[in-house]
Amino acid sequence: MAGNRNKGNPGLMGWIDDRFPATAMWEDHLSKYYAPKNFNFWYFFGSLALLVLVNQILTGIWLTMSYNPSADGAFASMEYIMRDVEMGWLIRYMHSTGASAFFVVVYLHMLRGMMYGSYQKPRELIWIFGMAIYLALMAEAFMGYLLPWGQMSYWGAQVIISLFGAIPVIGGDLAQWIRGDYLISGITLNRFFALHVAALPIVIIALVVLHILALHEVGSNNPDGVEIKKDLDENGVPLDGIPFHPYYTVKDIVGVAVFLFVFALIVFYFPEMGGYFIEAPNFEPANPLKTPDHIAPVWYFTPFYAILRAITFSVFGLEAKFLGVIFMGAAIAILFVLPWLDRSPVRSIRYKGWMSKTALVLFCVSFVVLGILGVLPSTPGRTSLAQLCTAIYFLVFLLMPFYTRIEKCKPVPERITG
Amino acid sequence: MKKQLLAVLFALVPALSMAAGSATKLDAMSPDLYNFESLHNGARLFVNYCMGCHSAEHQRFARTAEDLGISQDVIEQNLILNSQTAYNDQMRISMTKADSTVWFGTPPPDLSLMARLKSPEYIYSFLRGFYLDSEKPWGVNNLAFPDVGMPHVLADLQGTYNLACDPSAVNSATVDPLKGRVANPRDCFTEVTTGSLSPAEFDKAVYDLTNFMVYVAEPSKYQANSMAPKVLIFIVIFLFFAYLLKKEYWRDIKN
Repeated sequence: MAGNRNKGNPGLMGWIDDRFPATAMWEDHLSKYYAPKNFNFWYFFGSLALLVLVNQILTGIWLTMSYNPSADGAFASMEYIMRDVEMGWLIRYMHSTGASAFFVVVYLHMLRGMMYGSYQKPRELIWIFGMAIYLALMAEAFMGYLLPWGQMSYWGAQVIISLFGAIPVIGGDLAQWIRGDYLISGITLNRFFALHVAALPIVIIALVVLHILALHEVGSNNPDGVEIKKDLDENGVPLDGIPFHPYYTVKDIVGVAVFLFVFALIVFYFPEMGGYFIEAPNFEPANPLKTPDHIAPVWYFTPFYAILRAITFSVFGLEAKFLGVIFMGAAIAILFVLPWLDRSPVRSIRYKGWMSKTALVLFCVSFVVLGILGVLPSTPGRTSLAQLCTAIYFLVFLLMPFYTRIEKCKPVPERITG
Repeated sequence: MKKQLLAVLFALVPALSMAAGSATKLDAMSPDLYNFESLHNGARLFVNYCMGCHSAEHQRFARTAEDLGISQDVIEQNLILNSQTAYNDQMRISMTKADSTVWFGTPPPDLSLMARLKSPEYIYSFLRGFYLDSEKPWGVNNLAFPDVGMPHVLADLQGTYNLACDPSAVNSATVDPLKGRVANPRDCFTEVTTGSLSPAEFDKAVYDLTNFMVYVAEPSKYQANSMAPKVLIFIVIFLFFAYLLKKEYWRDIKN
């Protein structure tokens, strides 16, 4: 990639560049990476996701210094961090708020991709790497949630791990293998700690590198879905492109400041966020003999949890619980193949037909309604609504190959419109 | 299109503020962490009435003293009742779990985080909610926590009361079987013995005690409250200059 660029220059940078492609990398990824000039509000969330990742890693490292990953000591060590460690409360709240912030920005980032067709050819791999990050992030969040060893940590993990037990034949053994014990115990806590602080962060960082490398290979999409590499000037620079640095770095810093304002507001004044970021039962140590009256997963899992609970019937002799697990898995899996479900000749929702626009709105509504239903105790009425939303969720994707092909699209402009 | 999507996103916001529904009707209680007189009285009541059986093991005496502006002498002479306990020790108790399990059926829970586990309103309602019930092992029952296994520790302050009517008749709201029902205790209470405090003084004492428990549940609130404005103002100033910088650079970009 670097070739013989920037070789043989004088000075310290020249010395480095002869041995390591420092300047070439800087140019390829920042100062000569040309991004479309018409990025809008939705394009802040990629860089914000990176910011939150750094926040999680740094605060996580400092939490590890005082946390005790044992069934006897975990809960007390959290309170030790909250009270006795200098600024420990701040580090902990930045980490717990950061977990929720991560999902907020990632969900908005994914919605942006869906709106503007950023997963379409040639960006399928960017989308797949992104989905893999999302999957790893869910595992990371789930395992991290056990570590405070509160009641909701314990019983939330109990519910999720028991889902594996619903798999026919191997389920029971599989759940036991994951727990490392007959029920969730210090063994489970220790392995979740290892995965949360070492294994999964490495996986996530590697996937983020792949995600960005794939992006920089093909270039960024934009709200018009127009390929800017079609129109180049005499130097081969896209006419509608601007160097990422300094233009988007200074723009993203503005986004970062706005984000940090909201983030700090929550960290200082509403770290529990009304029980949605830190659930009240978690202020009581884990007790395997006492089940909380209502177990609700953290908000970012609730849409999938609602899908799981919506399946109350059995088909082909498959148990309802197992079927629910399949639907929940499928709800995430179907997103992976999105690039091949969308057969539209245009990328951006701006130029797609009314059917795609309606489908996107229905998708958002069903996802949000499922998310709300997932935190509430189920009633027959809510279960019916969850079933309706589950059906809509899947139909949006399953019918996509048809409606994207038959609908009438608007003409796409030759150049971006700003 | 964009507006529709934004509308969908904003539809999320009320959902986030909607707390997981509790059907319990509790007495109003708004803590005040800057009313130090109240917190001092609360600390005194907590040590004298609660810490016979309940610990606050995550909190240190010294931290309480520093945060609430109590001198080390006052703490050592009035609040540390066990000669083995040092000023910088955690607020533990002498009763062992093995003993308390035999005496009460279950060890009295640690109270460090009780105000966050339940709520200030719950604790305030609970402490005011004891009434005589000869069928219970300790001779009392509680409106906020039916069939509670705890004696009426504040009886000498409050006096004792009979429950003259069904509180669920006073409060017709849905009854939560796990959390019980709470009406205004005064509506159904009839005095049996008089306490050393008047009802108003007793309510004030319970307020102070609850206030202290709110403090103990999250002592970092003071630091958070004092840091927050500085951090937020810094971010706003930073945002202003970041915006100017962005504007300056983007002047050369023509559409």
